Amino acid sequence: MENNLHLSVSPHIRSKITTQRIMLDVIIALLPALIAGTVIFGIRALLITAVCIFTCVAGEFVFNVITKKQQTVKDLSAVVTGLLLALNVPANIPVWQCVIGSLFAIIVVKCVFGGIGCNIVNPAITARVFMIIAFGAMAKAAFPVNVDGVSGATPLADLQQGVKTEILDLFLGRIGGSIGETSKLALLLGGIYLLARKVITWQIPVTFIGTVFVMSFLLDGLSLLNALYWILSGGLFIGAFFMATDYVTSPSTAWGKVIFGVGAGLLTAIIRFYGNYPEGVSFAILFMNILNPYIENATQRKLFGGEVK
Amino acid sequence: MAFFLKGVHVPHRKNTAGFKGVKLPAPKQVAIPTSMHIGAPAKVVVSVGDEVKIGTLIAEQSGVVSSNVYSSVSGKVVKIEDMLLSSGKSAPAIMIESDGEMAIDENVKPPVINSAEDLLEAIRLSGVVGLGGAGFPTYVKFGANKPVKIQELIINGAECEPYITSDSVTMVEKSNEIGYALSVLTSFFEIDRVIIGIEKNKPDAIKAMKKLENDKIKVRVLPSVYPQGGEKVLVYHLTGKKIPLGKLPIDVGCVVCNSTTVATIGTYLLTGMPLVEKCITVDGDAVKTPQNVIAPIGCALQEVFDFCGGFTKPVAKVIYGGPMMGISVPDTSVPVLKMTNAILAFSEKLNKEADPTACIKCGSCLNHCPFGINPVAIAASLKNNDLEGLKKAGAQLCMECGCCAFVCPAKRPIVQNNKLAKQKLQQANAKGGK
Repeated sequence: MENNLHLSVSPHIRSKITTQRIMLDVIIALLPALIAGTVIFGIRALLITAVCIFTCVAGEFVFNVITKKQQTVKDLSAVVTGLLLALNVPANIPVWQCVIGSLFAIIVVKCVFGGIGCNIVNPAITARVFMIIAFGAMAKAAFPVNVDGVSGATPLADLQQGVKTEILDLFLGRIGGSIGETSKLALLLGGIYLLARKVITWQIPVTFIGTVFVMSFLLDGLSLLNALYWILSGGLFIGAFFMATDYVTSPSTAWGKVIFGVGAGLLTAIIRFYGNYPEGVSFAILFMNILNPYIENATQRKLFGGEVK
Repeated sequence: MAFFLKGVHVPHRKNTAGFKGVKLPAPKQVAIPTSMHIGAPAKVVVSVGDEVKIGTLIAEQSGVVSSNVYSSVSGKVVKIEDMLLSSGKSAPAIMIESDGEMAIDENVKPPVINSAEDLLEAIRLSGVVGLGGAGFPTYVKFGANKPVKIQELIINGAECEPYITSDSVTMVEKSNEIGYALSVLTSFFEIDRVIIGIEKNKPDAIKAMKKLENDKIKVRVLPSVYPQGGEKVLVYHLTGKKIPLGKLPIDVGCVVCNSTTVATIGTYLLTGMPLVEKCITVDGDAVKTPQNVIAPIGCALQEVFDFCGGFTKPVAKVIYGGPMMGISVPDTSVPVLKMTNAILAFSEKLNKEADPTACIKCGSCLNHCPFGINPVAIAASLKNNDLEGLKKAGAQLCMECGCCAFVCPAKRPIVQNNKLAKQKLQQANAKGGK
């Protein structure tokens, strides 16, 4: 007879999916953007990425040690934060700014609020906003290494001045900007990978980009070509696929995601057309992050047969 | 019916599909608990030293919601003592030493059915309870004292749990019994139509049941999505009717019976043999020869495993039922029960569970819940002792199907949390709310 068997509450089998695997998928999905960024902006892009990832992982590790919390670095979420932040800054940024930005993301935005799953805003996007305000990080954006870069402004800033880059350059990323945000092709590949792996769903990226497209069409001369310029410019793709879809800071139901995506799209368009900053995506996502608990509350799934008769 | 409810794709692992049930030889001893159903334990009507045969009444139903218990072997009652059951409660169990003859009691003869009341009494005497796992006395479902009017009699042949094939094997091997039971049920009870629901991964069972189709009886093939066999899920998918919280299927005009339950009623109507043996799936990675076994109720699990060649690896966990909702047991001396449809033995490889990590609010749990329950909100409300929050999140609706915990990437103990939440709500209700 078999004795002392293990007792536990059902279910006795679990799916193979783990937090670590999800984070690994996000990292894999960001690799095309990192490769594109390195090709476009040179080897310094890799250095910046390494610094950001190292600082984030080390920051979380040390924080957990000091506060005597369970060590969480092996879930790879700190790597994702570091990688996303790196892809959101220009390649010519000073290394010390990267270190401070990374520490801000991981310590102030994530760890202090209780670590993974407890942050109320997305660490990478918040750190990017912090760096824009503190260092003017986006103002002197890097330019592709193989192009004579004279102008200091990104295509989005140019666009506000009425100057237009070739649409193919916008799509492939042969333009100035942050390391990972310029190549829409690479971001689209990563986004499709995440959709195929069911890490994210279509609602946020499609409604976010779709809303910006429609708003730009309406606000910029009813021109489809202009609207296309607007969605291919700036950080919209990286934001819509990788930052706005962050589980913790976005709604979990399908309708919640639609509201979140449309809201972020509207805010992005409004900031782009009427604001002082050329970059609306970061502010829009940050703002929607803060609204998230309310959206979540308002879009709960209906309970089956739960209505009182 | 508008949409299918949500659920998960669990691995099928139906290794024993198509295996006929092999009869277990007479066990040396059986231990038959008097509580193998929802409701009051049956009252013991034999004493130590009594001779019994297969089909001899050994414990009588006490109260309306209860069920008769019959001996599954011929031999002598050697001991009557309390046994700790997997529900955590304790009830008397009757130990019978088998004489190896497997002689049948003289009183076992087909019942005479002339009216609906006769049929109801026959179902009561058959000792049949919900064999899908719940163990609710079947005659109570049909009205207890007075037969109920039924719009849809639903035969649950979904068998959505991994591993288990005993229901589909029964549908194939006992299709005559099922057919006979359905013809008697439909001629004496007021039943508008009978729907047999089967998941599409069981072609043999579908074929066998299709032969029973007539103008009243219809087979419906369902997608293989867990928990297709959940009562509320099945009723909704087959009829479009939603069973409100706290109500029974009969409140929307339905009665749901497991396919094996109906087969057992058929056996009783044809032969007078009450529920004394069960076709059970024996599987799991530690079992040498997984197969379907017809075992006497009360037989120790160890004997059934031994009959299947014993274990090839050290056993870490043994489960009554399927891996999604089954109950793990402390040792293999526990008996086969009326509602046991499978026993699984897992080695450490399948038993090993990853440590839970922090919730990442991915929403997988709530997006896979068939009933739209929000386990994330339940966990938060539990922490804050917020009863209103628990209700709003739908804790009281949870059927513990385990879809949420199955998909959770952080491997959190969600079902455990939900159970705790339900208990808190029940306690609060018992105290008169607030």
